[in-house]
Amino acid sequence: MKQLVILSGKGGTGKTSVAAAFAHLAAQGAPKIRAVLADADVDAANLELVLDPRQVSEEEFWSGQAAVISPGSCTGCGLCAEVCRFDAIIASNGLYRVDDMGCEGCASCMYACPDEAIQMEDQLAGKWFQSDTRFGPLFHAALFPAQENSGKLVTLIKQQARLFGLDHEYPLVLVDGPPGIGCPVISAASGADLALIVTEPTAAGVHDMKRILDTTEHFGIRSLVCINKADLHPKGSEDIEQYCLDHGLEVLKHIPFDLAVTEAMVKGEPVTAHVPKSKASRALKELWARVADRLEEVA
Amino acid sequence: MIITVASGKGGTGKTTVACSLALAVQDQMPVVLDCDVEAPNAHLALHPDLPERQTVSISIPEVKTDLCTACGRCGEVCPFHAIVMLGKKVLVFPELCHGCGSCARNCPEGAIIEVEKAIGIVEGGQAAAGFPFAHGILNIGEPMAVPIIRKLKDWKPDSNGDLVIRDAPPGTACPVVETLRGADFALLVTEPTPFGLHDLRLAADVAQALGVPAGVVINRDGVGDEAVDDFCRDNGLPVLMRIPLTREIGAAIASGQSLVEAFPEYRPRFQALFVDIQRFVEDTNEGGGR
Repeated sequence: MKQLVILSGKGGTGKTSVAAAFAHLAAQGAPKIRAVLADADVDAANLELVLDPRQVSEEEFWSGQAAVISPGSCTGCGLCAEVCRFDAIIASNGLYRVDDMGCEGCASCMYACPDEAIQMEDQLAGKWFQSDTRFGPLFHAALFPAQENSGKLVTLIKQQARLFGLDHEYPLVLVDGPPGIGCPVISAASGADLALIVTEPTAAGVHDMKRILDTTEHFGIRSLVCINKADLHPKGSEDIEQYCLDHGLEVLKHIPFDLAVTEAMVKGEPVTAHVPKSKASRALKELWARVADRLEEVA
Repeated sequence: MIITVASGKGGTGKTTVACSLALAVQDQMPVVLDCDVEAPNAHLALHPDLPERQTVSISIPEVKTDLCTACGRCGEVCPFHAIVMLGKKVLVFPELCHGCGSCARNCPEGAIIEVEKAIGIVEGGQAAAGFPFAHGILNIGEPMAVPIIRKLKDWKPDSNGDLVIRDAPPGTACPVVETLRGADFALLVTEPTPFGLHDLRLAADVAQALGVPAGVVINRDGVGDEAVDDFCRDNGLPVLMRIPLTREIGAAIASGQSLVEAFPEYRPRFQALFVDIQRFVEDTNEGGGR
């Protein structure tokens, strides 16, 4: 079973629109590859909005802890605030309380408290779901607002997708990744056989594409590039081509700017399903065929 | 006053709005902090000179094997599994360490010292327009953005003004929370699409959870549908500005220009946006919250 992850560095370049189109094309286009889908952007999950999922199961995601100081036992000695390196202990009326939003759950305060006034409480950090879509099974999640441990939830989603795929003999897990290059991205990219970087020909898109390419290289993941909205700023697209040429990276396809992508999103469908003959859909079909071809090559 | 520009969804125009807002009120010498340390972009539009450079490190444990009695206490107190006992040996996994120092404090033999591990940098100086600017850059392969954001929030320029504009990363997880913590106002930039709406809702939840009043900028106005407007109206979120989708704006931003530089008519509009935010924050403070 192979794993393809879609990444970008910069947000809003079109990762999810590409992932949705791939889900559709893998199920109904050419070539057909049965795929388990995983939305690894757990703090802003959007793939479900265009795949019309029917939920099969819902599970709680418990992760991490937060300190709680019981006011009755607190003597106001302040040792907790002294050891906390996350500014999460706040003095109030001679006693202390914990700012949940700042607490990392390290338990330093609990160990430091001489009066055993501090307890660590498990945190319900989100939910994760298995759903059916007409293009295949989807594993997705919702991290609760302002929660930590998004990387762990990404790892969980991917594990579940992978186990399901192994049990049901799927040849591919298709992972829609989060923006950035940090913890959830590293979790999303880990174990991938191939990364498709969706960039856009803007100054910021190019800057962040380099950051994500450095990241995938750091972890030894083979990467391919596609340029979304390529015609919006042709000079930028040329710069990307040149950069990729200089660094031995393949630019698989230019996808033109096309309002059909937004129309399809409003209708809750992949663009290739909603407007198959649009400029963007035609480009995405070619892109998918090439990506499938490269997937064949990876061992 | 601290304004954090956030969005939930990536690519909605946070940086465009943050930079243009700063340029529109440059006379007030805003301190601009690009807190998207994974993918920092504000420097591309603000062309800063950044002579200051500080390394951001976290403190990770180093075990003095001659003092270690293999009691296992360090592994017990670490909830991140960054320090574990394997037989009689203590293993440290630096990429899991949050730098809390608990293992060192709780070692009964004093066998653990803390050493600095660099995870990124903060660069500070001045935007081309003259106001103070700093950004953070997470090292490639490092998972933790928050310590860099924390350091960046502490950055104090010589000419310390009252106004701070923070450009947040996308999403709703810990880096966004850290960027919003302590802010007086959350300016949420969205686009009128289902993705934009879904993530705006999450971002508004985060701002609310942190007790930060919020308002909305609708970018690429005219694409998509009306659902974002409906949501803002139903939830009492003021729509403070609309920026239409035009090819000209898209091309200007793509080439690295800011909106107020490429289209001077936006300067008074962003000045008006700032006045609206100021009034909103004052009203909130006087009213003791909404």
